[in-house]
Amino acid sequence: MVSLKELIKQESTKPELFLAGSSACAGCSSVLALRWALKALGKRTVIVSPACCANVYIGLWPKTSPAVPYINMAFAAGASAAAGVVAGYEALGKKDINVLTWAGDGGTVDIGIQALSGAIERNTNFIYACYDNEGYMNTGTQRSSSTPKYTVTTTTPLGKHMHKKDVAQIIAAHDIPYVATCLATDPVDVYNTFMEAKAVHGPKYIHILSPCAPGWRFDVSDTVKMGNLAVESGFFLLWKQVDGRMEIKGKSLKALDKEKRVPVKDYFKPQGRFRKLTEEQISEMQDWVDRRCDRMARRLQSEADL
Amino acid sequence: MEKSNNQPAISTGYSSWRELPHIPVSIPCKGSIGETGKWRTFRPVLDAEACIKCGICYLYCPDGVILYQDDAVPEIDYTYCKGCGICVTVCPKKALEMVQEQQ
Amino acid sequence: MKTEQEKEQTIIMSGNYAAAWGAKCSKVKVVSAYPITPQTTVVEKLSEFVDNKELDANYIRVESEHSVMAALVGSSMTGARSFSATSGQGLLYMTEMLHWVSSSRLPIVTTIASRGIAPPWNIWADYTDILSIRDCGWIIQFASTHQEIFDSILMAYKIAENSEINLPYFIVYGGFIQSHTSKPVRIPPQKLIDDFLPQPPKDGWGHINLDPDKPITHGNLVMPEQEYLDFRFLMQDAMIKSKETIKKTINGFNTKFGRNYNGLVEEYCCEDADVVVIAYGALAEQNKIAVDQMRAKGCKAGSLKLRYIRPFPTEELLELFNGKVEVIGVVDRGTAFGNPTGGPISTEVMSLLFRAKRKVKALPCIWGIGGRNVTVDDQVGLYEKLLRIKNKNEYPTDETCQHGTVWMGLKIGV
Repeated sequence: MVSLKELIKQESTKPELFLAGSSACAGCSSVLALRWALKALGKRTVIVSPACCANVYIGLWPKTSPAVPYINMAFAAGASAAAGVVAGYEALGKKDINVLTWAGDGGTVDIGIQALSGAIERNTNFIYACYDNEGYMNTGTQRSSSTPKYTVTTTTPLGKHMHKKDVAQIIAAHDIPYVATCLATDPVDVYNTFMEAKAVHGPKYIHILSPCAPGWRFDVSDTVKMGNLAVESGFFLLWKQVDGRMEIKGKSLKALDKEKRVPVKDYFKPQGRFRKLTEEQISEMQDWVDRRCDRMARRLQSEADL
Repeated sequence: MEKSNNQPAISTGYSSWRELPHIPVSIPCKGSIGETGKWRTFRPVLDAEACIKCGICYLYCPDGVILYQDDAVPEIDYTYCKGCGICVTVCPKKALEMVQEQQ
Repeated sequence: MKTEQEKEQTIIMSGNYAAAWGAKCSKVKVVSAYPITPQTTVVEKLSEFVDNKELDANYIRVESEHSVMAALVGSSMTGARSFSATSGQGLLYMTEMLHWVSSSRLPIVTTIASRGIAPPWNIWADYTDILSIRDCGWIIQFASTHQEIFDSILMAYKIAENSEINLPYFIVYGGFIQSHTSKPVRIPPQKLIDDFLPQPPKDGWGHINLDPDKPITHGNLVMPEQEYLDFRFLMQDAMIKSKETIKKTINGFNTKFGRNYNGLVEEYCCEDADVVVIAYGALAEQNKIAVDQMRAKGCKAGSLKLRYIRPFPTEELLELFNGKVEVIGVVDRGTAFGNPTGGPISTEVMSLLFRAKRKVKALPCIWGIGGRNVTVDDQVGLYEKLLRIKNKNEYPTDETCQHGTVWMGLKIGV
């Protein structure tokens, strides 16, 4: 694990692997995460990316921003195509290349979940990273099953009725060697998470919360702040499950303590997508967060007791 | 354009289908969508006096347009900086501010 | 004493095993497949080959056919020779990825044991599966014997991997009768096969290679004013050019192994024929017996088997139409609801009639779908229908002829 200072010192002299002047929205946290993920994985990496913002933000033919091989892939096929790349390299005896699926939440929690579940069940040696901006942002902010309850989207104009699907826990239930959640707006977290994943053989899953200013309706310069609030409020928990053992990441430790947990309404308030929540709904969401944090705390306690 | 020696060159403006390869493939370079600095309405301006050269702005810049070398004042690549303002909010010394672009 | 590598073997095997043997002898590097009746024994045999180390390949046992073809896109992009087999619903389920393969110009070979499309469930011979995806940019060849299934796979890789072509390739045969019955298949010495079909280049296909030392992005957005249209034209151009490559490969195969597959079509007694039945798959093979019986009665009958429908054998058909034939019957074992004849291939064949220099009459037919049995007597009956058209200009009037097409065996009461 490198510290912020070490990371800046070590990386600032190295070339970028996601080049400036891409077509990503200004302040896109998914690009920030990809930039640091690639620094961790290095140039011997191949990206497979199912339909998502990244398919557009890499730029227009005949130019491209990623300085590593990158395949645009069909929406449902992010994990399966990556499994094919892994199999091809293995069959040809090429062993030192990281294969990364870089997918949005739609391509992961909705249309791509079957291929993802299949690829990790088959013990495919790859990293599947989902940058979760909690909706179909590329197509204009429609709801996905990763969209939180009561969020206003273009297909839930009065707010969504169901809770966010916790796909990272679904993946963790597959009992694969490495599952982690991380925060796109925290480059140190992103870097360290991908460094850890890279060192593990077998399927690795990384779920990255990616605040999206245009989709969540907040001021883009507050992108880092929004990520921090998601974690400090306990709305998004940072954890990793390595070889079946659950650990909470330092940044989320505070959120497990009810006294130190930032109220969820502080997280909701700057975001236009939560503008239609009533006081009762906010309090219902606070209960939901509290329950989830308590459940995580109990699980950590029971694992510590083992 | 950044291009290493073993990369195929970027071809644009084909005059005949006979010149085309089988499929369109793209070559990595800066400005895959052009000079994104033109998107800005505000630009981040760095006060070199106030800067403590910590590199935090380099760390958080999504587009990697803040060039930073140890112990030097960072430089902003205005050709590609989109003006998101994240660097301003993360700077621990408030050494950066957003200034409106002149037409 | 000849070594294993130098010996020819003759093995009695099912059509599906012939497909598995074809993949094995082509030394494919990656197999991905999902079981579906009646293809299952192909993938079972391949699993056995891989697990017994008789085939040095990576077998990805995926969770769906969509993933099958997605996985092969990935593996083929690394430069690995890649194979799959499917049928019916499975083929339809992978449709999106079929375009991904062809538009990436990847030389993947896939065998299809064709079956009827549900609902209702039907697992017997019917080519509606492959005919539904006929415009996906894949070469489509029918194999009407077990030996042809095996031989075609060797030729398919040679054609598909030709850098002028680089198109994926389907080999199609009927489900159950052809997939599950057993016949002798001659397996040439592996050394001879390796000479005919060398391993692909180590640095991948010329147009795409996933090499971190030469990073490229595949498939990003192309604007309307850019060359999207031109790249699509290149696919049609490659399809048309493949006709020559196919013929050359068939000749090369004949020279090497002594089995001649003629070309894009196989004509039987067509030279002087005035009534010809055009068909594909095993029905076309069986039709030769009907021709013999008609010839014995003094009728100038002929049979033309479409071995390929993509690329379409336009020139071969025009040559037939410009010769002596007066009436053709076109048999579809598949449906295309709402098109001019109800049968996809009869519509295409008949669309060429307007390019012919002479008037040729035609009777479209839909036969044997959902595995309905078609006997030689039925086929003789078709020739008799064609003769009535030829001699008296009398088209069938019974109720099995609906909207201008004969639906053979349509139940019409007593």
